[in-house]
Amino acid sequence: MTDNHELPDTRSVVLVVNGERREIDVETRMTLADCLRHKLGKTGTHLGCEHGVCGACTVLVNGHSARSCLMLAVQANDAEITTVEGIASGDGEWHPLQQAFHEHHALQCGFCTAGILTSMVEFLGENPDPAEDEVREALSGNICRCTGYQGIVRAVLDAAGRLRARNGAISP
Amino acid sequence: MGPPRVVKPPPFRYHDPGTLEEAVALGASLDNAKFLAGGQSLMPMLNMRYVLPDHVIDLNRIPDLSHIGEAAGRLVIGAMTRQRDIERSDLLHRHCPLMRKALMQVGHPQTRNRGTIGGSLCHLDPAAELPAVLAALDATIHVAGPDGARDIPMTGFPAFYMTPAIGHDEIVSAVSFTPWPAGHKSAFVEFARRPGDFAIVGVAALLDFGTDGTVNRAGIVLAGVGPAPVRCTAAEERLTRRMPDPDGIRSAALTCADLEAMEDVHASPSYRRHLAVELTSRALRSALAGPGAGSLV
Repeated sequence: MTDNHELPDTRSVVLVVNGERREIDVETRMTLADCLRHKLGKTGTHLGCEHGVCGACTVLVNGHSARSCLMLAVQANDAEITTVEGIASGDGEWHPLQQAFHEHHALQCGFCTAGILTSMVEFLGENPDPAEDEVREALSGNICRCTGYQGIVRAVLDAAGRLRARNGAISP
Repeated sequence: MGPPRVVKPPPFRYHDPGTLEEAVALGASLDNAKFLAGGQSLMPMLNMRYVLPDHVIDLNRIPDLSHIGEAAGRLVIGAMTRQRDIERSDLLHRHCPLMRKALMQVGHPQTRNRGTIGGSLCHLDPAAELPAVLAALDATIHVAGPDGARDIPMTGFPAFYMTPAIGHDEIVSAVSFTPWPAGHKSAFVEFARRPGDFAIVGVAALLDFGTDGTVNRAGIVLAGVGPAPVRCTAAEERLTRRMPDPDGIRSAALTCADLEAMEDVHASPSYRRHLAVELTSRALRSALAGPGAGSLV
């Protein structure tokens, strides 16, 4: 080890979190997940394994799902971040995914839910009318230990239908 | 006492150069530095403090390292190209369907959004799909360093277990390969405990055919068998110049039973050989059942 660790290496970064521009100083070794939780108070983003396996910390970075435990906050400089706090509409109405998760009992303890919701926002944006096996494949990067996934799969398929209806698409 | 310092990785100085030249210069001048690509392997290792670099040189702000294209009959992929962009490239899928087939088995969408081809290649996990695919394609690895650029054939890229044959101050800038001829067939088949996990064994298979339907050329490369991708030349020879019928496939796959296989906590050598035989057979059947690739125009 050399002598360059006496003082923390910090940078000023700009993050646009759920549409809100935040300028903060971060230690460059701080993960995006820890920055969101501890610097910005966005504790809806959960940390499970902290090595990229469980999916609980998944957020959207410029619209693309990413493990926030495997990104440094400094790498998200100038990026738009969407956390689970940002997926409902501004007037407090739940996102169709949240409504469907509620109705289909797609969560029990809720620890994994934030990462699943953000992942599914991206997935349904790219694949508005998925087959069940595509939903299961899309969920494979998120570990849930409560539900056995059946309710989650049903909720995602239901939410896909609600989103199609909302967006005016005609179901085949 | 100030506010709590909530950090997982060990202390390091962070550098984010904007050009490959700057990154190379930093790599050459800094002691105990690590290059950070997509972060899907290095970040877990930093979070667990398996690695303790004094400097992290982030390659994510170098736009020139992210590209997919065609030049002089070869397909070229920049080292920092995200796995998700490679998976979605129509150009690559048209001429090298093997790439997408393998990538669909690399991690998960969330990790492929960040993970890069160069990062996977340099991490060189023995079970990783992309090094096996690049070995099957006889790819060339383009490397930049303080003494200039050089090319390394994929066969010479692994030095030993999880260690590429490049200097600590060299950076993989791109990979390139000549696509197999139009009409060739391919498959990537693997066995993992859970989808998205590292495979115990994976097989990349490529087949090109003559006008009479016999196999002109075969490529069989296995991941997870040895410390680096293993080409099964015996299987390739058994397939070549004959019809790819069930007997030929069985005979070729059985040659994988003679491969030297590694042992770890996940599987014994004999189990890996068993998987090598079975998965090679499945890969060949899967390749034959699928459509042929388009041509490079």
